[in-house]
Amino acid sequence: MTAFSPSSDQSPSNTLAPPLREGSAPMAQVATENGHPDHRMFGLATFLVADGMTFAGFFAAYLTFRAVNPLPAGAVYELELILPTINTVLLVLSSFTFHRAAKELRHDQLGACRLWLLITAGLGLAFLGGQMVEYFSLPFGLTDNLYASTFYALTGFHGLHVSLGALMILIVWWQARTPGRFTADHHFGVEAAELYWHFVDGIWLVLYGILYLL
Amino acid sequence: MTIAFPPQTSSSPPGLQPEGWLRYLSFSLDHKVIGLQYMVAGFFFYLVGGALAGMIRVELVSPISDFISRETYNEVLTLHGTVMIFLWIVPVVNGAFGNYLIPFYVGARDMAFPRLNAVAFWLIPPAGFLLIASYFIAGAAQSGWTAYPPLSLTTPAAGQVVWILSVLLLGGSSIFGGINFIATVLKMRRPGLKLMQLPMYCWAMLGTSILVVLSTPVLAGTLVLLSFDIIAHTGFFNPALGGNAVVYQHLFWFYSHPAVYIMVLPAFGLVSEILPVHARKPLFGYTTMVYSILGIVFLGLIVWAHHMFTSATPPWMRLFFTIATAFIAVPTGIKFFNWLATLWGGKIALNSAMLFSCAFIIHFVFGGITGVALAQVPFDIHVHDTYFVVGHFHYVVYGGTVFVIFGSIYHWFPKFTGRMLNEDLGRFHFLITFIGFNLCFAPQHWLGLNGMPRRVAEYDPQFTLMNQISSVGALLMAVSTLPFLINVFWSAFSGRVAGDNPWNALTPEWLTSSPPPVENWKGEAPLVQHPYGYGVTPGQIDLGAATGREIWSSGQ
Amino acid sequence: MALVLTGLWIGQNVELLPVAASLNAPIYDQLFKVLFSIGSILFIGIFGLLLFSLIRFRRRDGETGDGAAVEGNLQLEIFWTAIPAIVVLFVGIYSYDIYDRMGGMVPLSDPHSMHGAAMAPQASDGSAGAVIQASVLGTPPEPSKRIWGGIGSGQISAGPALPVEVTALQFAFLFHYPQGDITSGELHVQKGQPVELRMEARDVIHAFWVPEFRLKQDIIPGQPTLLTFTPIKAGSYPIICAELCGPYHGGMRSTVVVHEPDEFATWFEKNNTATVAIAPSTSSTG
Repeated sequence: MTAFSPSSDQSPSNTLAPPLREGSAPMAQVATENGHPDHRMFGLATFLVADGMTFAGFFAAYLTFRAVNPLPAGAVYELELILPTINTVLLVLSSFTFHRAAKELRHDQLGACRLWLLITAGLGLAFLGGQMVEYFSLPFGLTDNLYASTFYALTGFHGLHVSLGALMILIVWWQARTPGRFTADHHFGVEAAELYWHFVDGIWLVLYGILYLL
Repeated sequence: MTIAFPPQTSSSPPGLQPEGWLRYLSFSLDHKVIGLQYMVAGFFFYLVGGALAGMIRVELVSPISDFISRETYNEVLTLHGTVMIFLWIVPVVNGAFGNYLIPFYVGARDMAFPRLNAVAFWLIPPAGFLLIASYFIAGAAQSGWTAYPPLSLTTPAAGQVVWILSVLLLGGSSIFGGINFIATVLKMRRPGLKLMQLPMYCWAMLGTSILVVLSTPVLAGTLVLLSFDIIAHTGFFNPALGGNAVVYQHLFWFYSHPAVYIMVLPAFGLVSEILPVHARKPLFGYTTMVYSILGIVFLGLIVWAHHMFTSATPPWMRLFFTIATAFIAVPTGIKFFNWLATLWGGKIALNSAMLFSCAFIIHFVFGGITGVALAQVPFDIHVHDTYFVVGHFHYVVYGGTVFVIFGSIYHWFPKFTGRMLNEDLGRFHFLITFIGFNLCFAPQHWLGLNGMPRRVAEYDPQFTLMNQISSVGALLMAVSTLPFLINVFWSAFSGRVAGDNPWNALTPEWLTSSPPPVENWKGEAPLVQHPYGYGVTPGQIDLGAATGREIWSSGQ
Repeated sequence: MALVLTGLWIGQNVELLPVAASLNAPIYDQLFKVLFSIGSILFIGIFGLLLFSLIRFRRRDGETGDGAAVEGNLQLEIFWTAIPAIVVLFVGIYSYDIYDRMGGMVPLSDPHSMHGAAMAPQASDGSAGAVIQASVLGTPPEPSKRIWGGIGSGQISAGPALPVEVTALQFAFLFHYPQGDITSGELHVQKGQPVELRMEARDVIHAFWVPEFRLKQDIIPGQPTLLTFTPIKAGSYPIICAELCGPYHGGMRSTVVVHEPDEFATWFEKNNTATVAIAPSTSSTG
């Protein structure tokens, strides 16, 4: 079963050859060994746990600030709810459209998949636009007070994630033009972008809850 | 993702694979190359951090501030802490040994994400040089490795921002490494190899990586906010602008306490590999060892506020964190008793690797006892932020982890290079490191109890003698690096040829050539189900099975 | 047995601490002795066991065999899980008791504060060991100004406390006595009389530490902090800043002078001419 033999002090020479050369025949491989199964989704999921902890840190800081540090007089607490709520709907909707896109891909409907990807990216960009509009209409700036700073830090950090996600979607949309780039079984790019997008969406829901509703 | 292998154009003679040494300066994807890259880079930064420590100890020879300016002193102590933690211990116990050993242990040919792995390593040198360069160019950060605001907001901004940038890069490197280790241990195991058959170091790295992934991002986020406070004049942590400095401390220690376990858990794992080999006995209590690692991981995440007992924390919080902290002693105690039981009745080879490991046990037990004491609020109130704490954590991270790093180098050097390190020089190295270390740090406990705060350039003259003793110890530690370096360089080229398995060990990395071929095994990876199967009477051979235990037996 | 006795002897007889000069210091020293005894027993035991193993079970020349193939022993493992657990539990409960006697567990009652550490005037309960005084003698803080208590938020039945306002700044402590409008760079207190420090930091975090009182409290900007203690031994003791606060952190030292009662009265009278303000004599030493 094994291709080695134990060695001892006295016999430095043994059955094991010095490092393999490129030309040497492929090694006897255990089925899953050298095909190196694709663990990238697992890695991404782990990374998203880490990323989620960054947000968790921000949330904890925000909630603590709110509980402990009194706002100076005149600081704004009540936020306009309409725009963020529309934004929330857009983002949730985009999760569904992305899901749809992936489903089409699994059924080998590349054209439909690309359409839904484009819609998703559009919704994401619309969200970012809404965020911009909100930023410019807010009565406070980044350094006005602790609350304002935390508000911008949280939404800004999330916005950065949405921007990256939208970029990723547009990239896979572009890549999907090449036939055979994504198949029903192999479409890591789309899968990764989807997981990431759902994550960003989920974070927004928490953020919306504690920032706007609480 | 496919694994790319650096082309090998000529067969290598036994030794350092001379045709390939340039690989160590390249973006190599081979986990063994990356592991050694981590180790050499880490050791370079150890020398830097040691020089900084030397400056501190020279300053403290006399009770007045006379060697370097006070600002420089604060820069030096900040850099010393940062370099030693983020550029020496974390990269070496995690990155170096983790990358080198984990793929062997799980029976894989490489890590799960070789490219990410290389990226993680190559983040370290620029981050390190950035940090050190800040000292020469703009003046380094002066607020200690903890960078507590408001002090970190009022000291010169340039150095502090560079410090943040550098720690962020290192944190990123650490997270990438952690993701890689988790995926490798959980997903890359050779078929037939169960989790509970893995060598203990895999479990330690799994636990460590969980801590890295859960806590490092919080530090990253916090430092980003801190940099906003410095650059954009927001007021997150600035009380003058309505912020809250204590929130920073909570967030900082949410990472930085687990960071202690990030530094010692891998050391626990390495010791668990070294002791059975040189005591010729199975690791005692494998299962409890595994559960105690998981227990430490869990408890390690919920004890951070014991660093803040004097920072206006409310009583319930003090009580909770006292109890949680003290309870870490239970899983840790299990590990130590198991190690002692591993040694009991063995055939112990008193070589350098074993001596360093045993010194680790002594130091860590000492550091653990002072640690449990420090967890008690009333005790901590007196000694918090004093030299008692300095002594305590140096016993843990130097007497603990750094001793294990040296022990591990003596243990695995034959595998890295195919040559043995010189044992006499090794024992000599051990002796002066051991004496120097204890001379340096044991008196510091007394200093702290009697009223010397940490991070000071000047102190009450009544402490002069103890500080001078401590500085002599530091000098010995500095000197002790020499026999080690001589040993490494001399042995790498003309040491005794080691053979594949000089220790007759059973863990998988020894079941290949030294140094190992690029894909780790010429043939199929061995299935080692009993990595600690020592102690079977020679002669009982079952050629039908290929587990470690039988291999060892047949080797007799 | 000898081990336990040795440990106890070391714990009881090796003096590592400076003189105990406040009411809570002897309580602290009790805890220290217990911790030191337990620690000595454990350390000597483990060290001895390790040393014994290394000598007794060392590989002798020419030996090649392995040790016994013992992979574990459930009873033993349960035993040494239980022992540390019990020790830790005992130490925890004991230190909780000590902490309570030092006044650390007084319920704090600021509903707004997550850190909940506002001090509230407490009825005195006359508990014997209680050291520290939390009532503010008729000057409760205005609600907006939260006061964060450190360990000293206990209570005491002995006499009225002497209020002192402490300002920590880079790199000195300033002491102001509202009762006599005295400002001083040194802290003068009276033996046996509780002292109530109302501490504020101007710039960065400082920490007020008197080793002989076994007391330390961070002073964080934006968080007025209360610390109370009762000195019991006349003499001069150092006040040390224990939190890195900048280049001259090491020089940020002052002195607390514990006077005999009559001596203190003299000092107080001498300086009580309302306008006499003593220039801070501390700050950096060179």
